[in-house]
Amino acid sequence: MDFGPVWLTLKLATITTFILLILCTPLAWWLAHSKSRWAGVVEAIVALPLVLPPTVLGFYLLIALGANGIIGGPWSELTGSALVFTFSGLVIASVLYSLPFVVQPLQNAFFSVGKKPLEVAWCLGASRLDAFITIILPLSLRGYITAAVLGFTHTMGEFGVVLMVGGSIPSETQVLSIAIYEQVEVLDYSTAHTLSAGLLVFTFVVLLIVYTLNRRYPSHVS
Amino acid sequence: MSAKLLAQFDIQYPDFNLTVDLELAANGVTTLFGPSGSGKSTILRCIAGLERGENGYLKIVDEIWQDEKNNIFLSPHQRSLGYVFQEPRLFSHLSVQKNLEYGFKRTPISERNIDWDQVVEMLAIEHLLQRKPNRLSLGEQQRIAIGRALLASPKLLLMDEPLASLDLARKREVLPFIRKLHEELDIPVIYVSHSLQEVLQITDTLVLIKNGKTLATGSLTQLCSELELSQYLGDMSGSVIETMVAAHEEEFGLSRLIFNGAHLYVPQQSVEIGHTLRVHVLARNVGIALQKPQETTSILNIMSATVVEVYVSKINKHTVQVKLDVGVPLLACISRKSLHALMLEPGQQCYALIKAVSLAQEMTGV
Repeated sequence: MDFGPVWLTLKLATITTFILLILCTPLAWWLAHSKSRWAGVVEAIVALPLVLPPTVLGFYLLIALGANGIIGGPWSELTGSALVFTFSGLVIASVLYSLPFVVQPLQNAFFSVGKKPLEVAWCLGASRLDAFITIILPLSLRGYITAAVLGFTHTMGEFGVVLMVGGSIPSETQVLSIAIYEQVEVLDYSTAHTLSAGLLVFTFVVLLIVYTLNRRYPSHVS
Repeated sequence: MSAKLLAQFDIQYPDFNLTVDLELAANGVTTLFGPSGSGKSTILRCIAGLERGENGYLKIVDEIWQDEKNNIFLSPHQRSLGYVFQEPRLFSHLSVQKNLEYGFKRTPISERNIDWDQVVEMLAIEHLLQRKPNRLSLGEQQRIAIGRALLASPKLLLMDEPLASLDLARKREVLPFIRKLHEELDIPVIYVSHSLQEVLQITDTLVLIKNGKTLATGSLTQLCSELELSQYLGDMSGSVIETMVAAHEEEFGLSRLIFNGAHLYVPQQSVEIGHTLRVHVLARNVGIALQKPQETTSILNIMSATVVEVYVSKINKHTVQVKLDVGVPLLACISRKSLHALMLEPGQQCYALIKAVSLAQEMTGV
């Protein structure tokens, strides 16, 4: 059996999660504490991938990532390569697709930690960055774990968006969910079974570990 | 006294305006006193740099922390200050030891002028160091919060009603440490309170705040004996008198205090003879008699007095405030009917009958 799609999926999920955690930290912080009227607008945009059919998201991404698209155009000028039907394009698509799953847990965590611990740290001589790393990060650790796990598993499970912008190029864009679909199409049920069961068990175990830990170690924030 | 603290803030908020112009001595305890919502805490937040307005000027001795006209604004971590909030706000993921170290470690060694052991001993927190904050009582947590602020070797300590979140027993536990702080360490303190009792023994300078404005600045004894300002204290209006403990009468459970030759009996205090004690005599606990009641009264504290001023309040039509002179100013609050019967006038001789003396005893009985 070909394990290529498995590794590709893990690679995609890992990179996507990593990018999302960095990208979403300032965004979630702003959403948690901003009093700006734009916060609501941004929140709604962030939540769009939750409710839109993946094909809609995939369709617009296909256009944007295309050689003449607003992302694909500058990208191909810079790098000389295309984004559509490539791994890089898939990463961009996954980041957008999984965005709400990372932003929302972080936003909730930052909101419940509040600004007060930060103020205390500032007054004790810690710079903003210092205070964030030594106080806010550890206090929001649960939010980060939830965000990482949801972002990772959700990326592993994406199908529609990948199909639209990535297609199914082995070792480039052929992720697990696509591979399973194709095995079913060629009526290779046994391989489809193995991949599906593997994905099911893996995802379940990861979620189980996280939710059990969350129950056993309640958050620091009272 | 040349070392000064200058603070000017002018900030418009949606619901109120803060207009503050303070000039304080950079030593001792200054209490910002006023009702809830008067802007006391906001002033502290401005001093700390947690709030910023378009106009602002802040100078601590020779350091300028904020000067908006010249575009100077030090962010909170660049200001050498300690801030004790209403709630302890300990870092819940860190042990007590790590909480205390947080500011200590971020203070350059050359600027550390507060000794770790001294703070730990003064606040009696040695046995708590290895614990997590959630294993401590609120009173203990607040002591740690005070220690944490002190260990950053601040040039100014801000305390925002540090006792407000505590019940009476816990207040009793923490207040002595705040007093000690005052006695043992030479750090200017700006203390926010809405309870005169709480700050009676520790305040050097009182600043009255109302609706975001400073009404008056002065010593506790001076401000409390000004009739016009006393109105503003409502039920709590009364004189503050500096006394010395002269004797304890154990068999009666009384202490005798002296001031300006007069003496005052109060319930027995656990303060040594010769020590000073401030007492707060509420105006409503002072009566006036034209003749000296000889053996005909149960009131212990009777002193001859001169009427200085009669003040008819615009707020309360049924009572009048009378300022007496018993060596020190003493306010009395009597009914209109009594005023009419006694026909009091400035310069008139009379006797002040003090029915009770408030010492904030439950808090100072250390």
